[in-house]
Amino acid sequence: MRAGLLVVGRLLAALPLLYLALCFFYPLLAILRLSFAGGYAGPLRALGAPYYLGVVGFTFVQATLSTLLTLAVGLPGAYIFARYSFPGKGLLQAVAGVPFVMPTVVVAVAFGALLGPRGLLSQALAAAGLPVAPLRVGGLWLVLLAHVFYNYTVVLRLVGGFWASLDPRLEQAAAMLGASRVRTLLHVTLPLLLPAVGAAALLIFIFTFTSFGVIVILGGPRMATLEVEIYRQTAQLLRLDVAATLAMVQIVCTLLLSLAYTRLAARSAIPLELQPRSAVARRPRGVARLLVGANALLILLLLGGPLLALALRSLIGPPGEGGPLTLAYYTALGENRTGSAFFVPPTAALANSLRIASTTMVIALLVGVPAAYLLAAPGSQQAHAPEQQSWNSHNGQGGRDRRRSAWPMARVAVLDALFMLPLGTSAATLGLGYLVALSTPGLGWLRTSPWLLPLLHSLVALPFVVRALLPALRARSPRQREAAAMLGATPLQAWLRVELPQIAPALAVGAIFAFTVSLGEFGATLLLTRPDQPTLPVMIFRFLGQPGALNYGQALALSTILMLTTALGFVLLERVRPPGGEF
Amino acid sequence: MRRSALLFALALLMVACGQPAASRPTPPPVVSPAASIVPAATPADGPGRLVVMSHDSFNVSAEVLAAFTAATGAEVEFLKAGDTGSALNQAILSASAPLADVLYGVDNTFLSRALAADIFVPYASPYLAAIPAELQLDPSNRLLPVDYGYVVINYDREALAADGRTPPASLEELAGPEWRGQLVVQNPATSSPGLAFLLATIAHFGEDGDYSWQDYWRDLRTNEVYVSQDWSDAYYTQFSGSSGEGPYPLVVSYATSPAAEVYFSEGRLSEPPTGNLLVPGGSFKQIEFVGILKGTQNEALARQFVDFMLQPEFQADIPLQMFVYPANPEAPLPDLFTQFAEVPAEPAAITPEQIEQGREAWIEEWTEIVLR
Repeated sequence: MRAGLLVVGRLLAALPLLYLALCFFYPLLAILRLSFAGGYAGPLRALGAPYYLGVVGFTFVQATLSTLLTLAVGLPGAYIFARYSFPGKGLLQAVAGVPFVMPTVVVAVAFGALLGPRGLLSQALAAAGLPVAPLRVGGLWLVLLAHVFYNYTVVLRLVGGFWASLDPRLEQAAAMLGASRVRTLLHVTLPLLLPAVGAAALLIFIFTFTSFGVIVILGGPRMATLEVEIYRQTAQLLRLDVAATLAMVQIVCTLLLSLAYTRLAARSAIPLELQPRSAVARRPRGVARLLVGANALLILLLLGGPLLALALRSLIGPPGEGGPLTLAYYTALGENRTGSAFFVPPTAALANSLRIASTTMVIALLVGVPAAYLLAAPGSQQAHAPEQQSWNSHNGQGGRDRRRSAWPMARVAVLDALFMLPLGTSAATLGLGYLVALSTPGLGWLRTSPWLLPLLHSLVALPFVVRALLPALRARSPRQREAAAMLGATPLQAWLRVELPQIAPALAVGAIFAFTVSLGEFGATLLLTRPDQPTLPVMIFRFLGQPGALNYGQALALSTILMLTTALGFVLLERVRPPGGEF
Repeated sequence: MRRSALLFALALLMVACGQPAASRPTPPPVVSPAASIVPAATPADGPGRLVVMSHDSFNVSAEVLAAFTAATGAEVEFLKAGDTGSALNQAILSASAPLADVLYGVDNTFLSRALAADIFVPYASPYLAAIPAELQLDPSNRLLPVDYGYVVINYDREALAADGRTPPASLEELAGPEWRGQLVVQNPATSSPGLAFLLATIAHFGEDGDYSWQDYWRDLRTNEVYVSQDWSDAYYTQFSGSSGEGPYPLVVSYATSPAAEVYFSEGRLSEPPTGNLLVPGGSFKQIEFVGILKGTQNEALARQFVDFMLQPEFQADIPLQMFVYPANPEAPLPDLFTQFAEVPAEPAAITPEQIEQGREAWIEEWTEIVLR
């Protein structure tokens, strides 16, 4: 029985490593080998140019600023979502998640539709007789704003989710002992939250570190991150060696960052008794009401505003008409007016997107959950929770554990960083890696396989699943499982009945992100999708590639469908998650 | 607990439902067998499967494509592989085990790179006879011309009329104070119309002399030219004449864009809202080619497909599907094109060899002048 479990455990642990090896390292090495076929001297010399140093510097600066700003804007939101229940909460949370799936071109259109010279805001100002100052897109502040727009939901879900299951009695105890609110926040709540805040910060940093669309479209072409430079060297100049060298710089930065983070995270992990959410949230009163209102307003204005402008524009006819709302662009989606062989009805594109996103979700969970266990299991807890070690040695297992914990910390840190790598790897480089790998004899069939995109999307989804789960897994208290075992539960029963309900909220957050990442993914999908099976973002891109009111209107209509689908998906995923009250 | 099992089952169900649709090949569209559009090529020995790789903008009528399938019994599968540069790069990188039999969409700005990579086999199609010699840029017939179009500056008629301005009469005027902060171009490093426009200015102003192309772009920068990453952003977010209603009244686009505005207005417009700026040196002729990829297992079928693309039936389908001109002048043009699409008199004179030799250095220099 025990041996059987051990084998199952080993197999489960091998799964994420196998997946990474096949779907990440194999294509990456394939492209690196090809790129460096001519030696390393040339590209290294090219990198010595001061221009590239500037690019690296700018990449760091904008990512740091974006991360700090997103945390500053998002943490109050995470607090109110964790501690209060109020009407429209689910809806607001869904709205906050929608930007994450919007292609950058659409976000640029949305900002234009709201803030442009003839955008909704200008029209409203003009109607009110106020002066109109047209806003021209570009500059660092817009990049930062867009990064907040995209990543707000990461803070809300990762930190808010963890905060919600923190035992409020710890804070109450501090208050009883005379600590002020500020002191409680600084000395009790924040240290407990650190793993989740760190996880969110790391994800946002790596996400913005490799930012591409936001930089080139909203920031203007004078801005260049490493990813932009890699794309330029690859797509236009076919200087694969320089591109690969820059991609390596990016990978090494991600690796170092993740390692630094892992050390920090492991040090700050504290075993906690996580609480069901419903026990924690309460109705806001007094000042809290103001706080909730302010945050709701922020979400509605900052995140909802551009999206709403987009949806409105899709319902308004062409310029100059100014007539009543019309569904003309929506009905046009279903008609093949030009008799094109590549016509795809929007329902089919929606079905493709949903199929790929749900497959991605399943793959990312199947791979990500064992990966998170692998990272949470051996080293960090025993090594840093002396109380537990002594308990173990009482049990006669101390010797074995000490032997294991001598090196696991290093191993866990490296593994942890490895699972973050796909997020920090240039999409342009990895995309080409896939092409090179797929042109290996015997693998060609995968090029048109329906599994290709979900496997690829799971690479980006995996870090989200792992990061969402780890704080919850590290905070598990082993006592409950032990108690279940004492009461006669088999390990499987104990996991299903005791542990799973505890980590379920984190699991749901991971699943939601996996779904979302896939729904919005665009770059790799555009390269690898089959023309008869486009996803929604790919269809939007196609419409925006041709001039004419009908194309523009249909792109906006499809964007609105994508938004609604995403929001609906969130609401449904929230519904099916096991409620905390079950344990 | 039961609910999370439900979630899992639901997800599996969604995967399962999507699956058959994904693995099932799309059935060819049902059309009436129109005798007039059956290709002249003799049917292949047995039905085969042809893979055609192209850029995203490729389009064809279902009816026309079905005629090819009906005549040859072969099924055609399309791989759309990003923009022109990405599609070509994919073909070059997968040369050892080609992803496709035919590549369509290489244009004259990439022609030399494509030929130098040696990934095509020559094919002297009999249909080349009907195509003007000036479009046949590859004497070895590895890349055969299919269509062409012109990159020019479009202007917003309404915006200019509102200010009582007439469109600029020369490229030089665009660098003057009257047109400060009025023009959007695309980054030539990332956009093919952007590169085409840069090449037009290089051909017009020359590489040396009193006022070179570098001087011109320096002046454009001083004159607050806006640089967009790609055509979509330039046209829809920045340009005021499109449905996006951006702030700039001049944009680098195509000579057929005004006609497309009429076509896609659903009958609301009888006149284009935009116009072409047909100034000396202000246009570039973009020619697109098709070629058979080396290593194909279906060379006979691939030849039939190339023939099919050069025949009048496919050629006549090109204008309204891709908004470019057919290479075969015998193919009839739709009224829309004869009414609203203008042909620039003297597009930039610059050969593919000059382009290949200069491209990287020019883009690098342009980036240095305009962006850094």
